[in-house]
Amino acid sequence: MAGFIIRRVISSFLVVVLTSMFVFALFFLGPSNPAGPVCEASGKCTAERLALIEEQMGLNESVVTQYGAFAKGIFVDRTITIGSEYECDAPCLGISYGTRGQVTDELLEKYPATLSIAIGGAMIYLTLGVLLGVLAARWRGTAADRLLVGGSLLVSSVPYYLFALLAWIFLTLQWSIFPATGYTPLTENPGAWFAGLLLPWVVIGVTFSTQYARFTRGSMVETLGEDYIRTATAKGVKSNKVVFKHGLRAAIVPIVTIFGLDFAALLAGTVFTERIFNINGVGWWALNSIQSPQDFPVITATVLVSAVLVVVANLLVDVIYSFLDPRVRMS
Amino acid sequence: MTDFLTDQQHAGQPTPAPGGEDFLVVENLSVQFPTHDGLVKAVNDLSYSVKMGETLGIVGESGSGKSVSSMAVLGLHDIKRSRLTGSIRVDGKEIIGASEQTLRKIRGNEVAMIFQDPLTALHPFYSVGAQIGEAYRIHHDVSKSKARAKAIEMLDRVGIPQAKSRVDDYPHQFSGGMRQRAMIAMALVNDPKLIIADEPTTALDVTVQAQILDLLQELQRDFRSAIIIITHDLGVVAEMADEVLVMYAGRAVEQGPTRELLTHPEMPYTWGLLSSMPDVTASTDARLVPIPGNPPSLLNPPTGCPFHPRCPHVDKVPGDLCRTELPEFLPGQRGTHHLKRCHLVNPDDIYATEVLPEIAPDLVELTLADNADVAHGDGMHGER
Ligand SMILES: Nc1ncnc2c1ncn2[C@@H]1O[C@H](COP(=O)(O)OP(=O)(O)O)[C@@H](O)[C@H]1O
Ligand code: SF4
Ligand SMILES: [Mg+2]
Repeated sequence: MAGFIIRRVISSFLVVVLTSMFVFALFFLGPSNPAGPVCEASGKCTAERLALIEEQMGLNESVVTQYGAFAKGIFVDRTITIGSEYECDAPCLGISYGTRGQVTDELLEKYPATLSIAIGGAMIYLTLGVLLGVLAARWRGTAADRLLVGGSLLVSSVPYYLFALLAWIFLTLQWSIFPATGYTPLTENPGAWFAGLLLPWVVIGVTFSTQYARFTRGSMVETLGEDYIRTATAKGVKSNKVVFKHGLRAAIVPIVTIFGLDFAALLAGTVFTERIFNINGVGWWALNSIQSPQDFPVITATVLVSAVLVVVANLLVDVIYSFLDPRVRMS
Repeated sequence: MTDFLTDQQHAGQPTPAPGGEDFLVVENLSVQFPTHDGLVKAVNDLSYSVKMGETLGIVGESGSGKSVSSMAVLGLHDIKRSRLTGSIRVDGKEIIGASEQTLRKIRGNEVAMIFQDPLTALHPFYSVGAQIGEAYRIHHDVSKSKARAKAIEMLDRVGIPQAKSRVDDYPHQFSGGMRQRAMIAMALVNDPKLIIADEPTTALDVTVQAQILDLLQELQRDFRSAIIIITHDLGVVAEMADEVLVMYAGRAVEQGPTRELLTHPEMPYTWGLLSSMPDVTASTDARLVPIPGNPPSLLNPPTGCPFHPRCPHVDKVPGDLCRTELPEFLPGQRGTHHLKRCHLVNPDDIYATEVLPEIAPDLVELTLADNADVAHGDGMHGER
């Protein structure tokens, strides 16, 4: 088991390194010259000035050297020249071309908003989805089951952003049921933090729960057909307990797997949610960074963070999975 | 194993509890499943009873309705997906139409079930001890630690070595035979009056099979419970059962005391089962005769006798009776204790002269002499 975790940590680390290299390579193969916008921002951009800036930014070095400098910055402080000189403290992910701030600082500043959206939304959709799925499986074939499956397909067929937009327009702007304050950091005012996030949570919760209701229903229907469920009933276990203890205990395992990956994706950027509900998080930040003029250090950082999240989520899923299933744990 | 075809007293044969009370009474039970393809008539007009301390063997090919009928005894069929008619009484209490609460008090407590494949019948994510303990706590108001101690005691009782340390193992850590022992421990934990063992040894290898059957017999002597043992193996029946019920296409087709039924079977389907048993045909000049054809569709069962499409003796029945009329389940030539569902008027002679020479030639003389005894009115049951 320990060996398994060590092997997985090593392979996860390799995936992150490879992703960072890949992003770096893309940066070089891309059509635009990063020195261009920097040069233009500082008045008239002559060919000599452009050459000088390219030189200062190290763009004339080989890809390998530049990647080395970038990777080194994660462990030690470095100085970066973009027009003028900037200090970049380790772990350094570069200096934003747009704001000339340290990318790491901006990341840490924007992350709590995204994290808040993702955790709250995920808690709602997981609880609601699993509960609905279990109930549908339990009463499969009945009108309630058909209503749930039909309703869930209907909700899933509406694009998420449309849902979010309608919720924002009607529930916040039109009827003022939810405040239009946007995001307030938790440390600043917990009440305002909660109020501002409530609608995004509900929208994420409801839309994603339908998908989880269907996953759970499928997994539960299969589980409830297992021999050990019949054994439980034959022992005299109450039917609620058969479903929620014996059934759900087994049916939840594949749901955990899907959830881990979904949640990582959600953490990597709740782009639509942030845009629509006016929340300044990582998603919005990433979206801005790819618009012209491109902010390469920010793009690199957001992609890298997403990669780390997905990899960590995968790792956690594997570990949790092995704790949920004694057959895996003991092998 | 051919010894059960003779009248010699089987050494380990348990004797039926004489004149006991019927603990389980099944009357005119029918179980049907509405499906997309039509109505599956899995059990038809089935009646039998089991006394305290008695062992009933239910035999038949797969798909003959053995499991469906025995699951009905615990009310395990989803009422939304099945239609049950008739009556099932456990210690006088009606099961069909009973409330969930009534059923729960009986399940695992008065009647316990042992399933065919202990690997799939035990929950993979709970320890063996937890599953046995749960069964105990449902019917006994005790603490978790008391239930655990009980689980250890039961595991020890069914012959699991080092029960104390194995109690926290998960089913996958047990061997097949040990898993079935654990399943038996779980079934016995509440000291049930009736144990239904549905093919308890089918998933196990041969040496383990014998151990499990021995264990069941030993436990039955100690716990004095009634057993219904479901099997497709007449060898198992010969060893375990006091009474045998043969099922075909969801119906009872022959029933009688074990030795009587195995030595003087009166229904061609039972003859087929005997012929297709590898153990019976182990003697040199006998041959293995599998029953030709396949079990009938339960969606569209054959008219008349359900066995007629496969029966080699149809032409011995006058007219087209086998194809047009379902034989009633009635006593044959050998007395009221031996029932059969077949139109043949002289099955004993046909068995002795046509069937036995094929499957166990050495027994023909014995059986013919015995038939003559019956014809002369003495040796009513063909037993000595
Ligand atoms: N829930 C069900 N729905 C439809 N058909 C069923 C169901 N359960 C059992 N059957 C059918 O009933 C017949 C008898 O099954 P069963 O009692 O399991 O046979 P066996 O004698 O092998 O135990 C089989 O043909 C089976 O396909
Ligand atoms: S009734 Fe006819 S078909 Fe059925 S078993 Fe007897 S002889 Fe064969
Ligand atoms: Mg069966």
